[in-house]
Amino acid sequence: MKFPLSWLKKHLDTDATLDEIVETMVRVGLEVEEVDNPAERLKDFTIGHVLEAEPHPDADKLRVCKVATKDGEKQIVCGAPNARAGIKVAYAAVGTYVPGIDVTLSKAKIRGVESFGMMCSARELELGEDHDGIIEAPEDAEVGASVVDVLGSNDPVIDFEVTPNRPDTNGVLGVARDLAAAGLGQLSSESYDLPQGQFDSPQKIELDFTEQTKDACPAFGGVYIRGVKNGPSPQWLQDALLKIGLRPISALVDMTNYVSVDRARPLHVYDADKLTGPIRARLGRGDDAPFEALDGKEYKPGETMTVIADDARVLGFGGIMGGEYSGCTEETTNVFIEAAYFDPTRTAKTGRKTGIISDARYRFERGIDPQSIEEGLAQAAQMVLEICGGEISHMEMAGTAPDGTKEISFPPTEVKRLTGLDVAEDEMERILTALGFSVERSASDWMVTSPSFRPDIEGKADLVEEIARIVGLDNLPEATLPPLDAVERPKYSRQQDRIRLARRALASAGYLEAVTWSFCDAPHAALFGAGQSNPDLVLANPISSDLGVMRPSVLPGLVAAAGRNAARGHKDLALFEVGGAYTSDQPDGQQTVAAGLRAYNPSRHWQGVSAEDGVFISKADAMKVLEAAGAPVGNLMILEGAPAHYHPGRSGILSMGPKNHLAYFGELHPRVLKEMDVEGPLYVFEAMLDKIPSGKAKAAKSKPALNKSDLMPLNRDFAFVVPADVPAENLLKAVRGAEKKLIAGISLFDVYQGKGVEEGHKSLAIEVTLQPVEKTLTDEEIEAISQRIIAQVRKATGASLRS
Amino acid sequence: MELDDLEKDLTDKISAASDEAALEELRVHALGKKGVISEKMKVLGKVSPEERKTLGPALNGLKTRIGDAIAARKIVLEDAALEARLATEKVDITLPVRPVQKGRIHPVTQVMEEIAAIFADMGFEIREGPDIEDDFHNFTALNFPPDHPAREMHDTFFFNEKEDNSRMVLRTHTSPVQIRTMMNEKPPLRVIIPGRTYRCDSDQTHTPMFHQVEGLVIDKSTHMGHLKGTLTEFVAAFFEVDSVKTRFRPHFFPFTEPSAEMDVGYERVGNEIRIGQGDDWMEILGSGMVHPNVLRNCGLDPDEYQGFAFGMGVDRLAMLKYGIPDLRDFFAADARWLEHYGFDPLDQPNTATGLSR
Repeated sequence: MKFPLSWLKKHLDTDATLDEIVETMVRVGLEVEEVDNPAERLKDFTIGHVLEAEPHPDADKLRVCKVATKDGEKQIVCGAPNARAGIKVAYAAVGTYVPGIDVTLSKAKIRGVESFGMMCSARELELGEDHDGIIEAPEDAEVGASVVDVLGSNDPVIDFEVTPNRPDTNGVLGVARDLAAAGLGQLSSESYDLPQGQFDSPQKIELDFTEQTKDACPAFGGVYIRGVKNGPSPQWLQDALLKIGLRPISALVDMTNYVSVDRARPLHVYDADKLTGPIRARLGRGDDAPFEALDGKEYKPGETMTVIADDARVLGFGGIMGGEYSGCTEETTNVFIEAAYFDPTRTAKTGRKTGIISDARYRFERGIDPQSIEEGLAQAAQMVLEICGGEISHMEMAGTAPDGTKEISFPPTEVKRLTGLDVAEDEMERILTALGFSVERSASDWMVTSPSFRPDIEGKADLVEEIARIVGLDNLPEATLPPLDAVERPKYSRQQDRIRLARRALASAGYLEAVTWSFCDAPHAALFGAGQSNPDLVLANPISSDLGVMRPSVLPGLVAAAGRNAARGHKDLALFEVGGAYTSDQPDGQQTVAAGLRAYNPSRHWQGVSAEDGVFISKADAMKVLEAAGAPVGNLMILEGAPAHYHPGRSGILSMGPKNHLAYFGELHPRVLKEMDVEGPLYVFEAMLDKIPSGKAKAAKSKPALNKSDLMPLNRDFAFVVPADVPAENLLKAVRGAEKKLIAGISLFDVYQGKGVEEGHKSLAIEVTLQPVEKTLTDEEIEAISQRIIAQVRKATGASLRS
Repeated sequence: MELDDLEKDLTDKISAASDEAALEELRVHALGKKGVISEKMKVLGKVSPEERKTLGPALNGLKTRIGDAIAARKIVLEDAALEARLATEKVDITLPVRPVQKGRIHPVTQVMEEIAAIFADMGFEIREGPDIEDDFHNFTALNFPPDHPAREMHDTFFFNEKEDNSRMVLRTHTSPVQIRTMMNEKPPLRVIIPGRTYRCDSDQTHTPMFHQVEGLVIDKSTHMGHLKGTLTEFVAAFFEVDSVKTRFRPHFFPFTEPSAEMDVGYERVGNEIRIGQGDDWMEILGSGMVHPNVLRNCGLDPDEYQGFAFGMGVDRLAMLKYGIPDLRDFFAADARWLEHYGFDPLDQPNTATGLSR
């Protein structure tokens, strides 16, 4: 909300400077967003004195002037009809920015004559509309003085944020009241009484609601003024509105805008001759015809919307916008001024449904002073009578306005309890009273009554805020929270710390951590969600359609990012993200997943390029992140059957037992790459961190004793031939099972298919490390173990020893 | 003397031996079973006792000296052979090593951990909650009445309406986790709540997803002075400066009363923003005493319990501290950006070693 300083001073008697006013507004919670200070903005425009004005040799309408300026005598070519010797003018030097024409002046040659600067019109300085000639300052103005100061047009405009709890500050009066309470001056507002009515209003008002809906508009008042003459507003009113960015229209319209900004009191004026029968506030009906509102658009009243209607038609939306038909024009001679109270919630709903944005809606939906009907009408009527003349009726009133005040039992000790501030009781009373509250002090709980213009005040805490903000939050004591322990206990839960470690582990493995949107394109979601789409996860108002659904997996964002990076030439890429994957809209439908992606294109190197299969890099990385996150990676099962976005033959599952799938890994399905238009292959994994059992923190921190043998370990090699589709894991498991005590390690060092191995079979070569425990193994013992291994493997896999 | 000549002959040959094979040949020649010295020893039994008294020690001495000379020569030859081998093994040490891909931690993660480290020192635990929320937790319990204009301050992402007319939202702030915490746990509470938040807004300085950290303290004595002290300490610790100028301004949030925004002083030096001192003010967080209605909505008696809450934008704090120019880049997953603005995984923020290097 904007207001010029001169408007504030109609309500506040103060000597405070602009800076003091702005600073105090901020201090009491009226956050100033911008100050437009003409003195600052137009400081480069100074008074000049035209010494000579000779006709231009080559142009009839131009004059070549000699001007005394702060920069010395300057020659300026000017086309204004009033440019003549002797006058004091608004001089702008070369290099000055002239806001009204959006030009920075440079030295010019006009029809062959050099010109150094400019003499400006009011419009060029945005000080008014006048462009018939240049500004003529008073004769006694001193050369070099600020034009703004000399013209007395220094009226800074302050723009501040009105928070939803302070509808009273939608009026300049509300701002003045806060500033007065903060000690910046005396509140000096006029109050208004309705002029003596000359006749009974021929225009009647009715409220047409049921018991259930009557709060939509509990009170509606109005006065009839006959014999008005509408026309342009007087200059002071036009100026006031222009300064806050409102376009003057006509006296009757400008007057309502003025009262609305002055006291946050919206009004509406009807051309009374266009009304048929009584006007009534009611809800919209199914048979209401659409009407044209003042914004020129047609609206169909809904059945929950408050409208104002007469016998013939709907005239407007109550509290939002009037209709074109009954609006005032130059020809209007009889008017009816409406001041009503409309329910904030219903007004807000109607506003949202119709999409109409208006100053009235803004004020009503935040809650206006319900007790302002009569005074609002009085202020408006006085202005109309003064500006447009006419005769006023007695007031018409339907319904009763809500009281709007609240009685609050207030122990003054609350201020100290909630804020730590020490405020004297007298000061508390002074502040509350200055803000419009009435206070009855007593030994314990005070009885405080809030004013009707403060619908935000509910209880004790609100009164504490009122006192604290006027005292100033800078006066709050600076206290520290008492420590809970001499040395603080850990503050991360196990799960939180695992997520932290998972991230660090992946970054340590060369992955760049990315953060991508939690939502994605619906077709992409289908690719990563087994083709299923969950209607509960579709956004009703996405920022764009390609961010329309919650992602079922963390991968789509990473895959798309890989495509973008590749397009920039970044082909050897490793990205990971830890974040939510969504399966339902309930709290348990959000899984924390650590997902990684590698576009594995290692750069060439003189020592050769490592030729690893990316599938096993993704498997290793998945195990790395699971291990960092506390999963028992040594005991996991490796299963086939990763989700459909994986390559069916080159992917797998890391699982605790057969059911608890902790991670998927492998190559991304080529069809997914094609659909997303990303080049492959990409190797990916997804680790479901929430599925790792949290386990219990160990009671003791001591590690088990080290079991080390002084005896030399020994190695034996075996090469088995197995059918090609036998998983290596089956063979390794059989070896482990053959000797549980002495086998310290198994290394699979060769996988071979081809010449020398039967068709449809493969050779798997392993090295088994035996660690003797108590005594050196004899040849017979070693041979026995070897035979057991061979027998177990044969039994489990049908393998034979490779000859 | 025959022996002297022999010794001279042998030592000359030892000195002249050019490799270990020649030296071994010499050793056999001199000290082998049939070597010249061994042969002389054999005659020792045949000489007279007197002669033996002089010849014996002379021969033994000769044997020892020749043995030592051979050993010494052997070391010399071994050293020479090693030197020669080393000379052939020289590599061009300027050849480049195999490049290692360096991983990075995203600035949002790093800054969240920095914030957590500071608040952990002040006794705050971490709580988290779901991104998809219901109206109750995101608004109503936080004292946003239905249809209140305060709801419009949040550009909310909605899900489609369900059969019962309810509709879920993407949380517009981390504050719903305050509600979940207060409803599930007993005071005293001292928690921070980091997480993703969402608003339907996208331009140069807004992204539809961003990050917040919320703080909540509930007990029987914490007042607004504690809020001021805690946040002032936090800001100094976070920006790693000795002290910061702060300013508390009254503001409005539905879920706190009294409410305040905190500004920090800053100055611009070239392109750099220095937080802490200076004549300009920058708003960095919202805060206040938890509204009595919020406490009541969570089953706490506002006459018994009290405390403060605050919330701040993590992305913005990261931009301010580390001079990151554009918010939108945070979510673009551009490898160049991540490599440049990301953090080494070894940089694990804590207050013992300092938050950052």
